[in-house]
Amino acid sequence: MADIFTIALIWSTIRLSTPLVLAALGGLFSERSGVINIALEGMMLAGAFTAAAVTHAAGNPLVGLLAGMGAGLLIAAIHAVACIRYRADQVVTGTAINILMIGLPPFLSGAFFLSSGSTPQIPREHLIPWTPIVIAFILVPLTWYVLYKTPFGLRLRSVGENPEAADAAGVRVAKMRYAGVLLSGILAGIGGAYLSIGQSSLFTRNMTSGRGFIALAALIFGKWRPVQTMLACLLFGFTEAVTIQMQGVVKLPSGEDIPIQFIQMVPYVLTIVVLAGFIGSSRPPKALGMPYEKER
Amino acid sequence: MSLFRELLFPLIAVLAAFVVGGILILLVGDNPLHAYALLFGSAFSWPVGVGYTLFYATPLIFTGLAVALAFRCGLLNIGAEGQLYVGSFAAAWVGIEFGGVFIRNGAGEIVNSPIANLPIALLLPLCFIAAISVGAIWGGIPGVLKAKFGSHEVINTIMLNFIAVALCSYFTQYHYKIPGDPIMQTAEIGSNANIMRLGKFIPSMPSFIPLNASFLLALLCCLLVYLFLWRTKWGYELRATGTNPSAAEYGGVSVRKQIIIAMTISGALAGMVGINEVLGYRHRYYDGFSDNYGFTGIAVALLGRNHPVGVILAALLFAVLQRGGIPVDAFTEHVTKDIVQVLQGTIILFVAAEAFFRGPFSRWGLLKRSKV
Repeated sequence: MADIFTIALIWSTIRLSTPLVLAALGGLFSERSGVINIALEGMMLAGAFTAAAVTHAAGNPLVGLLAGMGAGLLIAAIHAVACIRYRADQVVTGTAINILMIGLPPFLSGAFFLSSGSTPQIPREHLIPWTPIVIAFILVPLTWYVLYKTPFGLRLRSVGENPEAADAAGVRVAKMRYAGVLLSGILAGIGGAYLSIGQSSLFTRNMTSGRGFIALAALIFGKWRPVQTMLACLLFGFTEAVTIQMQGVVKLPSGEDIPIQFIQMVPYVLTIVVLAGFIGSSRPPKALGMPYEKER
Repeated sequence: MSLFRELLFPLIAVLAAFVVGGILILLVGDNPLHAYALLFGSAFSWPVGVGYTLFYATPLIFTGLAVALAFRCGLLNIGAEGQLYVGSFAAAWVGIEFGGVFIRNGAGEIVNSPIANLPIALLLPLCFIAAISVGAIWGGIPGVLKAKFGSHEVINTIMLNFIAVALCSYFTQYHYKIPGDPIMQTAEIGSNANIMRLGKFIPSMPSFIPLNASFLLALLCCLLVYLFLWRTKWGYELRATGTNPSAAEYGGVSVRKQIIIAMTISGALAGMVGINEVLGYRHRYYDGFSDNYGFTGIAVALLGRNHPVGVILAALLFAVLQRGGIPVDAFTEHVTKDIVQVLQGTIILFVAAEAFFRGPFSRWGLLKRSKV
């Protein structure tokens, strides 16, 4: 058992946590401003597809990364306008975006690259395996600083907790919420881009495979706080790394494989347990999910 | 005015989504009218097209009803996907274990012996009960968690979806798969657990069309849900909870109890997808079979205004799209069947952001400006 806890495992944990950290921090900005974001999955898919397609076309991964951020931003803008301006149900809108983004990237790659949903392979020298990792882990202290030490962070948190009071104090609620949701799109876009032009070398159909939801779980597990959320992402990344390492290597005493399904379940079970308050309590921002209408 | 509005906005949302989809099809260099003709053309051909459309509509009616019923209680059940998986697996489990199915490995040795070999009159009801009750439990869990601990059903149902998929995949892979089968699926259920295909009763319908009696069951459920919600005291209490929980509580309704009841019934309805999928269609549990039925159920419920009749109509529309995606994929230059997901997502988006259309419509005097 001991021989699997190696440097390779730690390294693999960090790589697998990176997209989670990016998306979860994105979710944090959105949810601390009071807008539920279950569309992280869709935003990541947008980022992953666009980054791969643009890197392939432009031959430059940084341009691809920027495009991925742009795509995340665009999808976030749809979520923001629907939820903030038109007061649509935030969960329903998020679900709509997720369904839309299951279809749109393969639709576009099918048309542009005549493939069955994936983009062409990108040569190794055009990948960025490091940059997103650095960005992700620098963003953690940065997010903490912005959230707790700047006027912007104070306003963002105030519109998520008590929009009426914030409004009375002169904070523009809608503007802060737009900022929160759009930031979440940019960050989830980077997270998605890392999957397609960092970890692998192309976009494949539904390549996020639920990572947006694991990021959401990490955000809740981390009680909507930056450092705890990062730790939750590392834990979930670790379970994934262990799953990969153990497959076919570590056996039960009876000689059978350890069913990976049970390890895969860990993040989800933990989230339910934490949310129910069995281990500490995880309290969402007070005004989460509630549209705000200025009184006239 | 009210009925007009009930019909108007879903219709506009669908049309707007088709316009958006049409622009996308133009962008990739195909003719939207040609694509849409293909999309709708195949769905209405008699008898094959109609048979498949009704078959595709069956699971969507169940999940649409499930989501709609929870919505009426003010809950968003985005866990129908997980509930239909556990329900389906439960039906297959009973069909194998009580259907007298021996699972043998390549050498012919028995790796799993059944518990019993029940006659059809016992086995079929037992399979139904398994799908319904296991779905109900899976839906009830987030209901209890919300009622007891106040944790949000949306997060819990998302998490339970993943847990359901992993659990069913574990039992399939390690216990009920025929050893050596490269496909992740269980052994076939006992033949006593198969329900009849409607092709037998409709003269010109070929027997390969998987439309089966569970379509009729789905329609029956619509009627039952309607009667429950609008003709019984329990349904009234459930709707009262959804409209105004504090007023309901003040009026003597136990909101916590209603939450648990609504989520349990919702899960039961979603679990019934297993009756169509396992007993009526594949006769086995096939890992990952659901083509997002649970999530499409949200679209069906929203578009159908959370009313059983609306659910049937919306399920038919989405079934048409699903069926039509195949010829679109085959007979257009660039458009793939992914257009169906794009249309679905766009439809939900427009239905959700109804206020987007309400503004211009009241400006044009078509609607009285109402408080949103």
